[in-house]
Amino acid sequence: MDPKNKYRRYGRQIALKDFGTEAQDKLFRAKVLVIGAGGLGCPALQYLAAAGTGRIGIVDFDTVEISNLQRQTLYAVEDIGKFKASTAAEKLKSFNPEIQLEVFEVKLGTKNALDIIAEYDIVTDGTDNFETRYMVNDACVLLHKPLVYGAVLRYEGQAGVFNIPDKKTWIITNYRDLFPQPPKPESVPSCNEAGVLGILPGIIGTIQAAETIKIITGIGAPLCNKIISYNVLSNLFYEFEVSPSENKDTIAPATKEEFTNFNYEWFCGYEGSSYEISSEELDAMRKKEDLFIIDVREPDELPAIHEFSYSTIPLSRFRESASSIPTGNKIIFFCKSGRRSLTAVNILLEKYPQCEAYSLKGGVDAWGEYIKTLKKGETSISV
Amino acid sequence: MKINVLAFGQIADITGKSELEIFQVNSTGELTQVLEKTYPQLKSGNFLIAVNKKIIQKNTELHNEDTVALLPPFSGG
Repeated sequence: MDPKNKYRRYGRQIALKDFGTEAQDKLFRAKVLVIGAGGLGCPALQYLAAAGTGRIGIVDFDTVEISNLQRQTLYAVEDIGKFKASTAAEKLKSFNPEIQLEVFEVKLGTKNALDIIAEYDIVTDGTDNFETRYMVNDACVLLHKPLVYGAVLRYEGQAGVFNIPDKKTWIITNYRDLFPQPPKPESVPSCNEAGVLGILPGIIGTIQAAETIKIITGIGAPLCNKIISYNVLSNLFYEFEVSPSENKDTIAPATKEEFTNFNYEWFCGYEGSSYEISSEELDAMRKKEDLFIIDVREPDELPAIHEFSYSTIPLSRFRESASSIPTGNKIIFFCKSGRRSLTAVNILLEKYPQCEAYSLKGGVDAWGEYIKTLKKGETSISV
Repeated sequence: MKINVLAFGQIADITGKSELEIFQVNSTGELTQVLEKTYPQLKSGNFLIAVNKKIIQKNTELHNEDTVALLPPFSGG
């Protein structure tokens, strides 16, 4: 870059003691992967791009929903329904045309995570579920990549840095030293159910961007072997020291091959249920008989499904509305991932043990994938 | 012997407040037993324990005026 231009754009940070052109050049050369372009990813991406991070990868397979706009500040009303990763990349390109942006509109899994992460120097984690968190952590451990962690719920958030040795002790810790065992699926509510104050991921995501920049440039003291907990209501920041866990019960993949075959759904305690049906089974069933299909997502969650018709009862209002469901038909519930719909089955069976109800396994995400494969195989879909 | 307990996230929902004082316990094991008796929902064990801001993994001796934090995992992003 033309030195004069460089100074014009980044002069305010180049002027800083301990930063200078050297740190700026390190940023230009850095490759950062941001996983999840949601509440945490948006602010992290904005500041990383603004600061002149040379190459930024964005992983997200979701589309923008109206309920995202309260906290995911890269998106506007006209972006609803568009893919987050490419929409975010477009915005960032206009903020800073000099940086390179790479878009991964895929669901991160054990088959592609290592290849994607290997191309980058640092990973900033803005994912929204435990399976992906443990998977990203394990991939970073295997590939020796620094991981900048952040997580939020309601009014509280956590942030930290894993896989970097503390300069004094040379101790390295990771997410499994913090939480060796994943929580039971039903014990930790998601932001969809429990809510989150919009500004909170803004603060935690910005801390993640700051930690990422500190790691790249070598300024200050990153949160190695530490996590902070922040409460937006009380304004209290707590810092906790993490040490390597002595809990040897945790089952983590030790090699890349083990990683590729590791089942994170199973690991995170998701045991499966006889009330679940696959997309394929649902497709076959709906062609044979009359089903009563119910979307239990909250209003405005996307995508809508076009292959079959359905009613809507958000899970948050499900208990009051369950009596309106005609229990004579076979009932199929679906949501985004298949979790909330399974809860709906359980609630309904509690009230009406005689009815026949199922949950669509993997939710609309899995249905979308199923339809994609059908289309690839050029099989016609009857609506 | 007084222990100050800080509850975070879902743990504070269960205890109803974010700060508690627990008396006459000598270890983190005894402390969690006392807490589980008062708040049975804590039995899921779904939190990590920090003694004076240091996260611990096994039963740890406590001293008067120690601060014990109970942190649950979050997954939101």
